Amino acid sequence: MEYFLKLFLSGTAKGSIYALIALGYTMVYGIIQLINFAHGEIYMIGGFTALILGGFFFSNGMPVWLVLLLSVLLSILYAAAFGYTIEKIAYRPLRGKPRLSALISAIGVSIVLQNFVLLAQTEKFMPFPSYLPEFSWLQPYKEYINSTQLIILGVTAVIMVFLTFLIKFTRTGKAMRATAQDMHMAQLVGVDVNQVISVTFIIGSSLAAIGGVLICSYMGQINYYIGFVAGIKAFVAAVLGGIGSIPGAVLGSFILGWTESLGTGYISSDYEDAFAFVILIVILLIKPDGILGRTQRQKV
Amino acid sequence: MKSRSLLADIGKSFLIALWFIVLLFPLMVMKVNVSKGVAQVQFRWNMLPLVGIGAFVLSLLWRLALEWNERRSNTNRAGGSLAKIGSLTSQYLSITGVRRGALIILLAFAIAYPFLFGMYHTNIMITAFIYIILALGLNIVVGLGGLLNLGYAAFFGVGAYTYGLLWKYVGQSFIAAGIDPGWLFWISLPLAGIIATLFGILLSLPVLRLRGDYLAIITLAFGEIFRMVMQNSGDLTGGATGISLIPRPWLFNMKLTPQKAATYIYFIAIVLVAITIFVVRRIEDSKVGRALEAMREDEIACQAMGINLVKNKLITFALGAFWAGIAGVVMAAQTTYINPDSFTLWESIIILMAVVIGGTGSIPGAIGGAILLKLLPEYFRALAQYRMLIYGIAMILVIIFKPDGLIPRKRKQYTFSEKELAK
Repeated sequence: MEYFLKLFLSGTAKGSIYALIALGYTMVYGIIQLINFAHGEIYMIGGFTALILGGFFFSNGMPVWLVLLLSVLLSILYAAAFGYTIEKIAYRPLRGKPRLSALISAIGVSIVLQNFVLLAQTEKFMPFPSYLPEFSWLQPYKEYINSTQLIILGVTAVIMVFLTFLIKFTRTGKAMRATAQDMHMAQLVGVDVNQVISVTFIIGSSLAAIGGVLICSYMGQINYYIGFVAGIKAFVAAVLGGIGSIPGAVLGSFILGWTESLGTGYISSDYEDAFAFVILIVILLIKPDGILGRTQRQKV
Repeated sequence: MKSRSLLADIGKSFLIALWFIVLLFPLMVMKVNVSKGVAQVQFRWNMLPLVGIGAFVLSLLWRLALEWNERRSNTNRAGGSLAKIGSLTSQYLSITGVRRGALIILLAFAIAYPFLFGMYHTNIMITAFIYIILALGLNIVVGLGGLLNLGYAAFFGVGAYTYGLLWKYVGQSFIAAGIDPGWLFWISLPLAGIIATLFGILLSLPVLRLRGDYLAIITLAFGEIFRMVMQNSGDLTGGATGISLIPRPWLFNMKLTPQKAATYIYFIAIVLVAITIFVVRRIEDSKVGRALEAMREDEIACQAMGINLVKNKLITFALGAFWAGIAGVVMAAQTTYINPDSFTLWESIIILMAVVIGGTGSIPGAIGGAILLKLLPEYFRALAQYRMLIYGIAMILVIIFKPDGLIPRKRKQYTFSEKELAK
């Protein structure tokens, strides 16, 4: 039972990590029906920016809390800027073209960003210093959950509530929902579709950056390739929960985290990455719209 | 469409260059180095003007290209000098004599190639041929059927492993019985095609209901699962170390030097390429090919016309997988060594790039793309580390500015004159 509890908690931590990335995925997909392969790379770039700027601030003698604050804020800004730029360069010219074109472009962007970081920085795994605080009251339970995991869990919850609020109750959210439903109609009633999509990319990329910093702190390392696998898994989570649905992405992420954790614990650790893919295949076979997704009819 | 002045363009590009300087500053100018747990940051100020000037020039070109793109799609005219050269060549090529002559020269060159250039270049050419077969196969799936397959390398792997595993398990008994194990190549060739086809059908069964992008991601999943299974079932498939000492193809019990063996495989590859081109061309013009094209254009309309989508998707995957299986056997015979690392997602993506950059749906395009992507890095070694970066950028540019690829597919046009109508 204790073994199970441990696995369950580590799955929960994993799930909240996937959730941070999956939220951005699901937002972008919900609005322009594009699997943004580059999303995982944005997450990686967020982590790298924090590593570089944080290292710079820290070596110049700033206090840890300021380093944390500045590096997180700046990496969010940078990731958002990257997301915005990518959308403008690689996706916007393809709007209205066959959907496969944008998908291929997204794969291209993902490769370009990976190799850009590989060439501009390093191909090695870099140790990632954790600037996150340690909670002393959590010390007795550290076998089960550590402070970083708790922080990730908390941040995921806050972001989910924030996004739900944003989409349900604000003007921007309304515009987003309108765009998601029908881009042309939204345009006709005066929604600036381009702006809405840009905002979506900015929000999604910011979330990815937060995820990047937290997850790299948790894992303790970073390299140029971490984004791709994480991105695919987060996408699986988003599909599992019902793509386009915010609570769905979180639910799917937790299910994926638990499955991976229990699967590696009870079945075999050789196939850790395979569990996500098997789940993907099964869910697409049984219920392609996901757990919380709405069934959509294909239109001509 | 209002005309913009060049000056305004330059101003805008200047702003964009500034934006990129700020955007790329941490990643390009700063370089992180972690020693003893402390991150050290060094500044590479020489990168700064590079980024600025690069972004300025590129954004200017980008704006001009976008404008050109828009104008072209508006007026739909034939295009620039490049297109003229293209249409002129195709005009000349349509004259039977010229076409035959060109083909004969090409063929003569291809036959002389291994004798002219030696083993190193022959081996590179074999790799290029293998990629041509792969690109042509994937072209059926992506170009004709319009289904994005990101797990194509798995079928390639199925082919290679068919030969490898046959060698591993049957090879010794062949030797014991006094039969040259090179025979296994000729057995594997059709067998791998069939097994890969079966895998293709197996894979397509669950994905038949899915739309384009889900399909892409699920094929990716299948590809990765294949690789992981190969990697982790060590007793059965050799695991991460793979299978080595795979025999070269049988040729009348002759003991071939590596040089001669390379030449021999070169000719096998060239024949296979010729067969592939022939068959793929016939498929394109067949009833099935037409149905696939219709499916690519509009699934729902296609269904309404009475075309069985399920059957056609099955056929697409099966046809595509078949050629990958064949290519896999040739690859195993050439390298005499296989391991799961040769069949990663990146392999699938490189083949996809060859198809997209060459021209989706175009047979000469797929051939050209495969040759371009495989030969360029071999002859420009200095650029090898920038290979994927360049390919990625090229793929994005092609998709945006020339969605039909560098050698676009020729749309079949049926014209009839009024005279014929009157008859």
